[in-house]
Amino acid sequence: MQAVSLNNRQQTQTALNDPDWVRIGLVSISVFVITLFLLLPLTTVLIEAFAKGWSAFAASLSQPDTLAAMRLTLLTAAISVPLTTAFGVSAAWTIARFEFRGKSLLVTLIDLPFSVSPVIAGLIYVLIFGAQGWLGPWLAEHDIKIIFAVPGIILATLFVTFPFVARELIPLMQEIGHEEEEAALSLGASGWQTFFKITLPNIKWGLLYGVLLCNARAMGEFGAVSVVSGHIRGLTNTLPLHVEVSYNEYDFVGAFAGASVLAGLAVLTLILKTLLEWQQQQQRKL
Amino acid sequence: MSKSHIMPGFRPALGFTLLYLALIVLIPLSALLLKTLQLSMDQFWAILTSKRVLASFQISFGTSLLAALVAAILGFVIAWTLVRYTFPGKKVFDALIDLPFALPTAVAGIVLATIYEPKGWIGRWVMEAFGVQIAYKPLGIVVALIFIGLPFVVRTIEPVLQEFDSAMEEAAASLGANRWQAFCQVILPNILPAAITGFALAFARGVGEYGSVIFIAGNMPYVSEVVPLLIITKLEQYDYAGATAIGLTMLMLSFCLLLLINSLQWWVRRRSGQL
Repeated sequence: MQAVSLNNRQQTQTALNDPDWVRIGLVSISVFVITLFLLLPLTTVLIEAFAKGWSAFAASLSQPDTLAAMRLTLLTAAISVPLTTAFGVSAAWTIARFEFRGKSLLVTLIDLPFSVSPVIAGLIYVLIFGAQGWLGPWLAEHDIKIIFAVPGIILATLFVTFPFVARELIPLMQEIGHEEEEAALSLGASGWQTFFKITLPNIKWGLLYGVLLCNARAMGEFGAVSVVSGHIRGLTNTLPLHVEVSYNEYDFVGAFAGASVLAGLAVLTLILKTLLEWQQQQQRKL
Repeated sequence: MSKSHIMPGFRPALGFTLLYLALIVLIPLSALLLKTLQLSMDQFWAILTSKRVLASFQISFGTSLLAALVAAILGFVIAWTLVRYTFPGKKVFDALIDLPFALPTAVAGIVLATIYEPKGWIGRWVMEAFGVQIAYKPLGIVVALIFIGLPFVVRTIEPVLQEFDSAMEEAAASLGANRWQAFCQVILPNILPAAITGFALAFARGVGEYGSVIFIAGNMPYVSEVVPLLIITKLEQYDYAGATAIGLTMLMLSFCLLLLINSLQWWVRRRSGQL
């Protein structure tokens, strides 16, 4: 009897665990693919950026055009991230706290920009604000520049970052439920008090997560911004566009110096993201 | 109407949400439709069926399909090892998976071009070993799109694999199935919908991808010119009608893909009993 059950367990074990050669083989494939496709590109950015030494790297980063590109990238993020965040919170409050007709349509529409090519995101603003666009003649008359200027870059960034905060917050707020908020409200707290004292502390990690990803996209967006920017050096080049222009002019150290700043930002984003995920797991366990 | 009558702020929150949605997304997107409607059916058709446009659609969809297939297979293996096994450095590798989400596409583009060009680290080696050139050929587009598509597959399969009830595996094993049978008949059918969703996401992203592709593609009309690049080329030539007609067609195709992905996800949830 004992022998049978032992035999059974052994069989169960072999059916539940992969043989060693499968295990080692699959881990090798994974490590190889991740190294080849992800680790190698990341290290190559640094190697190319320092290909002509530290001084060439520092010199190309301190060029006026590079600095202007960095400033524009920071400005774009500083305007678009708060707007996308405000929209995300408002959309999550609407969708996770109320029932209304057309709700699932609204959720689908919020995700829409994810499935639109960045090039089309730029194109649609050209069609409205461009010289031949709907508002083009009127804008020219009043001397307002949107396309090939900073407002166009910000609009395109707002489009591509549109769903980032909302799609983090909607499922999170649905999961948390509204009992605590209702308790606060029935005890006489105002709407804003309830939001700041109950809702915000509950969603803060998810909110930060969304803001982090939104910021990474805002600073790194290339396709959409490329269509509306006009690539004017020192004026409408964001850092990713500056990287492109330098690369196309065979200024590889300059291109990769800019790229290394953006890659550093990406790595920082990944580290913070991992920490936030860990934090959220801890909070869920409590 | 509302679930809880006490909850405040429905009207202002809904109002702001809809206004922002309309201003940033819906009105601009409708411009694409209205601009195209100014064309006659014949003009629209002539633009879409011109040789260069057809070739670019073929290249975009062909390379995206191939890249999404490769990404689906590799992504499945990676998700499997990350969920089921432990190995040194696993946490770092796991965090690295999201790099293509976080790395600006222009950076990915110039780096991949540098690595895979005929004189690059891998490009030179592949050239000598197999006589195959990767960069500045359609194959280069595939490489860039695998890079872009990989995290979509891994991150779609991972949670399904984590939540997969190992009791089902145990049941299969105690009923006498060997490991391979348990995998093919119990695990794979449960993971497949997620794998297909990941594949579709990678494919949809690949079709619209611009930044990571243009540096490695070579951008030869009829050979390695993708649809997003053709849209930009038309715009730069002030051919607004051409750009919008191609843009609208791409938009419609990605809506169809989005619809497909949503119904897939709905199907996955229903199968796993969450609905």
